[in-house]
Amino acid sequence: MSNNDDKLNILVFTCNWCAYAGADLAGVSRLQMPTEFRQIRTMCSARVDPEFILYAFKNGADGVMVAGCHPGDCHYIGGNYRTRRRMALLKLLLQQFGLNPKRFRLEWVSAGEGQKFAQVINEFVNEIKELGPSPYRKKQEVRDAG
Amino acid sequence: MPDKKKITLALKRGASCVGCDIAVVNFSEKLFELIEVADIVFSPTLLDVKYDDLIKMPDKSITIGLYHGAVRNSDNEEFAKIMREKCQILIAYGACAHLGGIPGLANVSNRAKIFETVYKKTFSTDNPEGIYPQTEWTDEKGHKLTLPEFYDEVYALDDVVDVDYYVPACPPTHVMNMQILNLIKGWVEGKLELPPKGSVIAEEKTLCDECPRNPGKGKKIKIDKLRLITEVEPDPEKCFLEQGILCLGPATRAGCGAPCIEANMPCRGCMGPTSRVMDQGGSMLSALASIFGVSENELELSEEDIEKFVSQMKDPLGCFYRFSLPKSLLHRVVQDK
Repeated sequence: MSNNDDKLNILVFTCNWCAYAGADLAGVSRLQMPTEFRQIRTMCSARVDPEFILYAFKNGADGVMVAGCHPGDCHYIGGNYRTRRRMALLKLLLQQFGLNPKRFRLEWVSAGEGQKFAQVINEFVNEIKELGPSPYRKKQEVRDAG
Repeated sequence: MPDKKKITLALKRGASCVGCDIAVVNFSEKLFELIEVADIVFSPTLLDVKYDDLIKMPDKSITIGLYHGAVRNSDNEEFAKIMREKCQILIAYGACAHLGGIPGLANVSNRAKIFETVYKKTFSTDNPEGIYPQTEWTDEKGHKLTLPEFYDEVYALDDVVDVDYYVPACPPTHVMNMQILNLIKGWVEGKLELPPKGSVIAEEKTLCDECPRNPGKGKKIKIDKLRLITEVEPDPEKCFLEQGILCLGPATRAGCGAPCIEANMPCRGCMGPTSRVMDQGGSMLSALASIFGVSENELELSEEDIEKFVSQMKDPLGCFYRFSLPKSLLHRVVQDK
């Protein structure tokens, strides 16, 4: 990821069946979205191990979002039930690590909700812009240097 | 195989409680077997030696060096480097040298805050002038006194020097010591090869794998309520997680012989993560969150209900990273807007 302070590193995990399709719909509907985020598709939101998110913050992410199917709609029946437990606990952990809770977000986006995807991304990117670069970026540089 | 019949051994401590020196004594009668193949040439706890004795030894003259304790001041770092120069094989012995250990929990704070608490705020401290430790001070007669510099962050041994092997646990147990003894003896006698550099001298599986309480494959664990070990009398045979008691077994390396479990205490994770995961806390977080039961009324639960549910877990950072914070992915706590 970029260590350039002007450019934000925003990572969005989307599940294959709902959120990715929702993002796709937002794209083909030509909805306006900021360009600061990068998307990673996983088969299910439950595939997103909390370690991935910690790893992202370690490597300079300024904000991380996980998007999956609405509760009850999971392609694998109960994947997102696990996700929401893990992510709720991870949120507590990240807060203890001193990160602003706004830097991490869990959202439910269905395949038909292109509009919602665009809106959530806009909100999230604006929030991260207000917060600026993650404090872990500088810490990592110091540690790598010495 | 070493070039001599009898090897030499040195023990040096960093930011340590000296429990690891005592763990060496816990070789018990087998200590004599160790002494048969190895001369202990330097150990401030066990022998009458001075730091100068170590500094005067020729480089690489010690076969095996055991360094225990974390690195949290300039003295720890200096001697870690000296040990590296003097020893052919340097072993990070114990959880602190391996992962930062309990002293590593200081990474939730920083030097300024720690000094303020210790030298200003504590009830028994009377320090109206706010004097903090200085690294150098000269009295009126010109005598110079020095103190090591206290670092802002706690490091594990391999953050400051190259480390050959790791022996985890707080402190390494008798079972693990025997494994090291057999390895050293076999190597000196030319019967065994040393493991590849960077190996952790323990198992590759998680503690659950060797735990006598493991409920067995395919049996799902589901809990509704998390209980503190101080609040309940745990069943001495049932899996701790099944009883709702936090046990770090699923995220912790095996090889200790599970003495805590035998004493009816849950695992606290001193062996660190297995080599397959990046972060012990993240691994334990997944495991714990996944056993918070899913019931039929799942759809009626709001995100707030889920938050309430998981917030039964008090202090996730302290519990999940009790021994591994400096070697976790994020290393330390930061200040954000």
